[in-house]
Amino acid sequence: MAEIEIKNLHKSFGDFVAVKNSNLVIENKEFFVLLGPSGCGKTTTLRMIAGLELPTSGNILLDKEDVGYLRASQRDIAFVFQLFALYPHMNVRNNLAFPLKMQKFSKTEVDAKVMEAAKLLRIDHLLKSKVSSLAGGDRQRVALGRALVRRPKAFLMDEPLGTLDAEFRELMCLELRKLHDDIDATTVYVTHDQQEAMSMADRIAVMNEGEVLQADSPKIIYNKPKTKFVANFIGSPGMNFIPIKEKITPNQSSIKLLDSSLKIPEQREGTNSNENFLGVRPENLRLVSENGVKGNIFGVEYLGSRKILTVETQLGNIKIRVDSDTQVKINEQIQFDTLNNNQIIFDGSNDMALQSEFMS
Amino acid sequence: MMDTSRSPSEASGFSRKLAATIIIVYMVVTLIPISWMVATSFKSVDSAISYPPEVFFEPSLEGYVNLFTNRSRQPKDYLDSLPPPETWYEELVRSREMVITGPSKFLPRYSNSLIIGFGATFFSVFLGSLAAYALSRFKVPLKDDLLFFILSTRMFPPIAVAVPIFIMYRKLGLGDTHVGMIILYTVVNLSLSVWLLKGFMDEIPREYEEAAMIDGYSRMQAFFKVVLPQATTGIAATAIFCMIFSWNEYAFAVLLTQFNAQTAPPFIPTIIGEGGLDWPAIGAGTTLFLIPVMIFTVVLRKHLLRGITFGAVRK
Repeated sequence: MAEIEIKNLHKSFGDFVAVKNSNLVIENKEFFVLLGPSGCGKTTTLRMIAGLELPTSGNILLDKEDVGYLRASQRDIAFVFQLFALYPHMNVRNNLAFPLKMQKFSKTEVDAKVMEAAKLLRIDHLLKSKVSSLAGGDRQRVALGRALVRRPKAFLMDEPLGTLDAEFRELMCLELRKLHDDIDATTVYVTHDQQEAMSMADRIAVMNEGEVLQADSPKIIYNKPKTKFVANFIGSPGMNFIPIKEKITPNQSSIKLLDSSLKIPEQREGTNSNENFLGVRPENLRLVSENGVKGNIFGVEYLGSRKILTVETQLGNIKIRVDSDTQVKINEQIQFDTLNNNQIIFDGSNDMALQSEFMS
Repeated sequence: MMDTSRSPSEASGFSRKLAATIIIVYMVVTLIPISWMVATSFKSVDSAISYPPEVFFEPSLEGYVNLFTNRSRQPKDYLDSLPPPETWYEELVRSREMVITGPSKFLPRYSNSLIIGFGATFFSVFLGSLAAYALSRFKVPLKDDLLFFILSTRMFPPIAVAVPIFIMYRKLGLGDTHVGMIILYTVVNLSLSVWLLKGFMDEIPREYEEAAMIDGYSRMQAFFKVVLPQATTGIAATAIFCMIFSWNEYAFAVLLTQFNAQTAPPFIPTIIGEGGLDWPAIGAGTTLFLIPVMIFTVVLRKHLLRGITFGAVRK
């Protein structure tokens, strides 16, 4: 298993820039997720690590060795495709044995390794089956088996759960993470599904428009997003952004919001712009009976353990997460304020979060 | 009341019967000449030209014997002086007051057809699949123009360039050689094969060969081990089209071959000239000529059906 380092990686297709000067370090034995909307460059990054695309510039180091411009076959990594790419003209056993046949193993060694991988993934009873007769989850397991059978330095996975149904996806999330821990793998996993990313990753890199915006643990990504895009992309629903029409200066610890003043974490930086945003997650807001921001209930989403209220205010629509037994009616007038001191100020000029008592 | 037992997209009983009738009529129309030809091959020379034509007749292998042998007519007293015939075909020939002077050229011509037909088919499909793969997967400069250029070689009948090819072949010493004919038929078939196979290659997801390449195989190995097996349908369909062309081709064969590499199509008509109109021998030659391409098509039939309707409905 190995450490992967990406240095100033850049890829353009003609005029279109897919990946912009990205830098990442993926630690040995880490489960690393590249997360972002479609077209953000995460798959291109992964394909460059795999050797399926060559970088326009920059380096990819695998265990300190520059492999950026080597052929895929010379890199000793495995790739799991979204559509699995199991060879349809071979049965399960031959699919699993295919990567081994290239290396000079004896037939008994190949059989032993195939059996070991099949047992690990609980597909040993399917070895003689045709690939086309397998269910989605079993195909997924065969694809994983083919990846791990030769114990490569790293596993790369491109939305491998994308085609499974929801129930199965949750199960496979658990299995994948367990498999990763059991074989001490280094895994780079691409997805656009934040829940998948949050539940499996040691660290997540959020990408947008070819740039890595933030690479941190799921907890930090969620609580302390560095940019407005990350704050909005992570979390369901995403963060509320309340426009504030004042310039923030260092050491400031309250802002004016409509008529009242709101306490915020002490800021370490100031903003360039006069139009900025206060970021606050829906669960960090609460309903109060007085001295809060006033608004009308516009919509109520019941989600079992909780409710998401959409409140129409003079500051725009704001989402608040409340307990599911909270009784509110549409158009009812309510008041709310902040639950704690976890707000983040985003500079309106560049959408970056300001350093503060909370963020640092 | 409406019949709701079938789905609206299914054909009704009447239209099914109509379709069956049309197919049967069409089948009879197309099969009559072929069955007449096969019947003729089993007739004697006399019954083949009798009027009114005989539908029921006493079968004879005379046509086949005549096809495979050269014979000469001899006076009766000479025939009587010979030792009695050793084989059934000698006996048959003697009864027509002839003796067998040797094997005819049919067998060598027939094997020329097999060598050239299968050879050209193999190379058309092999080169075609390599070119199709490249055009399907790589950024080739001027790709669309290249594809059009490849197709444009079929926009005139190949025989239109017969004279330049004839001269070229004579200068290169390729006239009347197996290699020359295989090259010629391969070249004529290549445009069809590249275009057909490119369609099939486009439909094979790249992930398969990418997976193989990550698993340690070179692109060429991935092509042979992963891409080609999945293109079998397309290869079978293409091979049938190429085979039918090279097998049946007449004009170039007449022009470019005489002795060494002559194929069956130009040979069969020459039977007519040998001692009157020997219709049973012609029938026999044509019947035997049909068989390889028929077997080839039947063997690959299930691929052919999928092949020519390919792309109509996505898998």
